[in-house]
Amino acid sequence: MKALCWHGKEDIRCDSVPDPRIEEPRDAIIRMTSCAICGSDLHLYDGFMPGMKSGDIMGHEFMGEVVEVGSGNKKLKVGDRVVVPFTIVCGDCDQCRRSNFSVCERTNRNKDLADKAFGHTTAGLFGYTHLTGGYPGGQAEYVRVPYADVGPVKVPSTLTDEQVLFLGDIFPTGWQAAIQCDIEPTDTVAIWGAGPVGQMAVRSAVLLGARQVIMIDNVPERLSMAAAGGAITINFDEESVVERLNDLTGGKGPEKCIDAVGMEAHASGSVDSLYDRAKQALMLETDRPHVLREMIYVCRPAGVLSIPGVYGGLIDKIPFGALMNKGLTIRTGQTHVNKWTDDLLRRIEEGEIDPSFVITHTARLEDGPEFYKTFRDKKDGCIKVVLKP
Amino acid sequence: MTRMKTMLGYAGAKRLARGLGWFSIALGALELLAPRRVGDALGMQHESGAIQAYGAREIASGIGILAARDPTPWIWARVIGDALDLATLAPNADPRNPQRPYVLMAIGAVAGVALLDYLCADGLARKEDDHRSRRDYADRSGFPQSPNAMRGAAREPEMVSTARH
Repeated sequence: MKALCWHGKEDIRCDSVPDPRIEEPRDAIIRMTSCAICGSDLHLYDGFMPGMKSGDIMGHEFMGEVVEVGSGNKKLKVGDRVVVPFTIVCGDCDQCRRSNFSVCERTNRNKDLADKAFGHTTAGLFGYTHLTGGYPGGQAEYVRVPYADVGPVKVPSTLTDEQVLFLGDIFPTGWQAAIQCDIEPTDTVAIWGAGPVGQMAVRSAVLLGARQVIMIDNVPERLSMAAAGGAITINFDEESVVERLNDLTGGKGPEKCIDAVGMEAHASGSVDSLYDRAKQALMLETDRPHVLREMIYVCRPAGVLSIPGVYGGLIDKIPFGALMNKGLTIRTGQTHVNKWTDDLLRRIEEGEIDPSFVITHTARLEDGPEFYKTFRDKKDGCIKVVLKP
Repeated sequence: MTRMKTMLGYAGAKRLARGLGWFSIALGALELLAPRRVGDALGMQHESGAIQAYGAREIASGIGILAARDPTPWIWARVIGDALDLATLAPNADPRNPQRPYVLMAIGAVAGVALLDYLCADGLARKEDDHRSRRDYADRSGFPQSPNAMRGAAREPEMVSTARH
């Protein structure tokens, strides 16, 4: 089969690889009908995440048709149409029973590695380094889904791929980011990063009733999409984020802040961003936390910082004194996708939201390597790429 | 320069500015930390102080370019700095200077970078053109009604309680 494989920094190739096969009774094999390039795939593309090996199959946002099921899988049958969450979950462990699916204790088959890196293991993830299990991803014609009697979400034929595909990652990720904010009707929610997760977070914050939603970015077309969803926009190339947020909140700052950027923050007009780049180049820091610093600084005391943006390692010069003295709450984590999918699927079916609004480019799987670059460089107005195997 | 004006758009100029910023810091660090080596190479052995001052200027320009919201003034500052560099190098291209070939190479290099600086500053001036050519997604709300009409649509009691678990 064809699959997009990682071969090093900025080196993704469409390779011919062996077809996957059933390995465990709970497995299923899915024939892909649609898959997407996620913003967090770019951290792998840019070489910032450790634990990748040449030939690893990329992709953790995908859906398709079940073509084979293991003998122990009673949930799925051949022909089912499913969206597959990017987190692989067992459904039985202590964390899964608490709906903390992204920290499932059983599915990371490189648990020892994760224990060493993070102190305790987190869930296995598709196509996202050997730290999270080294599972082949879904930017391929077929994928093996472990524990397929738990994770995959059956979707009705009345909805298009484009409407439901993002249930596997960015929609619940943006939703969880907003839920973590405990939004009150009087709240201002400020969101950094108008990429796909940021766009979903805007819509989620609006649906959850935030009085005011503010998007911070510097890409005009991304800001225009955020504005379409109900956000007030701040272009950090053109104005001071701190001053504008204070203007919009009567000098008090936003009650809730969402970091939808993560480890590769870059900002013009900030000395700390320059410091991070220099320190990262010298391998003295792995992630660039400009957004975290800015959120801590601008957030209203007793506010909440929600962090769906991916961080991979070590960060420096975090103003922890401000964080502590302002009494801020940090809520973060990979998304507990299955905790939200039933509710979000219902909202899509009822027409409350159509996540396909975020798709700007659709291409063949073979053209994936080129579109990684287009997406990374934000060329041609690219916000979200869907690939068709 | 009319043809050159078409060579670099705003986005390209922004990328080039970042490259020039780092180049400026690297060159400045060399001049600041090893002025004698630079001076020896150019036959300017007695001008270590001036070379270090130029290095400090380069580093300041580089930091300004990389840290400023709008790097344009700092790029123009580099153009002026290039002129100063050329004015300093030119007298040392004297045939009596045994290092003359290196001075000529340096003049060529500074002239090349000066051209890049100019193109960069010119490209940065085209921000409005860049904005006009970008896609507009103002019709992509994802909602069936206006965002204001959808505000709070998901604010159901069970959702609020889920958030607090």
